[in-house]
Amino acid sequence: MNSIFSVHTIRFITLVFIQVLILNHINFFGYINPYIYILFIGLFPIKNNRIALILLSFLLGLTIDLFLDTGGIHAAACVFIAYIRPIILKFSFGTIYEHQTIRFNTVEFGSKLTYFTLLTVLHHIVLFSLEIFSISNIILILQKTLFSSIFTILLSVIVTIIFSKESK
Amino acid sequence: MLLFCVSLVFTIQSHSYHKSKFINSANFLTGGVYNSVNNVSSYFNLKSQNQLLAEENKRLRSILHNSEVEIDSIFIDSLTFGESYRFFSSNIIKNSYSLNNNILTLNKGTNDSIKQDFGVISSKGIIGIIDKTSRNYSTVISILNTTSRISAQLKKTNHFGTLTWNGKDPKFTQLIDIPKISPVSIGDTIITSGRSSIFPKGVRVGVIEDFKLDQAENYYEINVRLFNDMTNIEHVYIIENADKQEITNLLSNN
Repeated sequence: MNSIFSVHTIRFITLVFIQVLILNHINFFGYINPYIYILFIGLFPIKNNRIALILLSFLLGLTIDLFLDTGGIHAAACVFIAYIRPIILKFSFGTIYEHQTIRFNTVEFGSKLTYFTLLTVLHHIVLFSLEIFSISNIILILQKTLFSSIFTILLSVIVTIIFSKESK
Repeated sequence: MLLFCVSLVFTIQSHSYHKSKFINSANFLTGGVYNSVNNVSSYFNLKSQNQLLAEENKRLRSILHNSEVEIDSIFIDSLTFGESYRFFSSNIIKNSYSLNNNILTLNKGTNDSIKQDFGVISSKGIIGIIDKTSRNYSTVISILNTTSRISAQLKKTNHFGTLTWNGKDPKFTQLIDIPKISPVSIGDTIITSGRSSIFPKGVRVGVIEDFKLDQAENYYEINVRLFNDMTNIEHVYIIENADKQEITNLLSNN
């Protein structure tokens, strides 16, 4: 239990630092940035209770907001995906999730990809609509969501593959 | 409990345009992190920053040595004002240009007598206005911020308008509310108007890229190509207007 706790603490801090110090300066084509810190929410153990996850995601989003001067948009998007994570889990993993026997290292690649895609796209939609905050710019919101999502999904899949090999 | 958290988020979100006092990067933790990282990363663009500073030195030197000869020159330079403006030099430790509301962080704060609403310029032109300050750091509302409104004018005539940003391209800002009667042409220089008591008159902004009439056909909307490359700025100057108190007192008495 203690080691799980410390693993998640280290993951939290590392992801925040990577996000703030490296990934926010990529600005591919001027505005595309991957937001890989949501991996923390994605990989959080399923058996732990929901309230802890939601509180931690709020904290995670708020930390990112602090660094980026963005008010509360990352916190809001993080809490949103943490809140609806069980629904996404059920949708992408089906019956394995019902039996609570899921482990991210062992599930097949396809359903893992669906899971990350849903999580990322939802997070980015909430994030960019709160950032831009106007309906007249809906094209811009969708455009930013699409391109940043592709980037984020690619990176998160790569990161999970690298680190799951290592832990075995 | 769940709903409580969600509502808490949206409370903070709803205040994000007033920018709640405690969530900004001028605080001790984030300012400290950005400062230490900037200590390292600033070495990577030393060359281009040196070039910018050398260019400015050259320009200032040419003004200095030519001033006795051309004492009645009408050349207005961004760094020659009366005694009423004080300048502080500072470094940008966090730059941002890809969001809709971009905010920068500087490594000077209230310990260096920096206060809210001071102007920020670089050697090439306008950057933004100081927003929040802590003891050692301060945040700047960049001109690349959709909520930023700065008074600017044409250099050759005194027609003035408002400098805004539409959130699309960090190379361009938009100058609106220039009257239809004014002689606008592509390539003209835009400078600050000095009407706002934040910036002195004559800080360079950019050149006109293209322009069109707005929907009511009474005012021009002008696309301004900035002199500054907002993606590559490091050394900036903070401007304090010593007469600001007097001007605001006078205006509020009316």
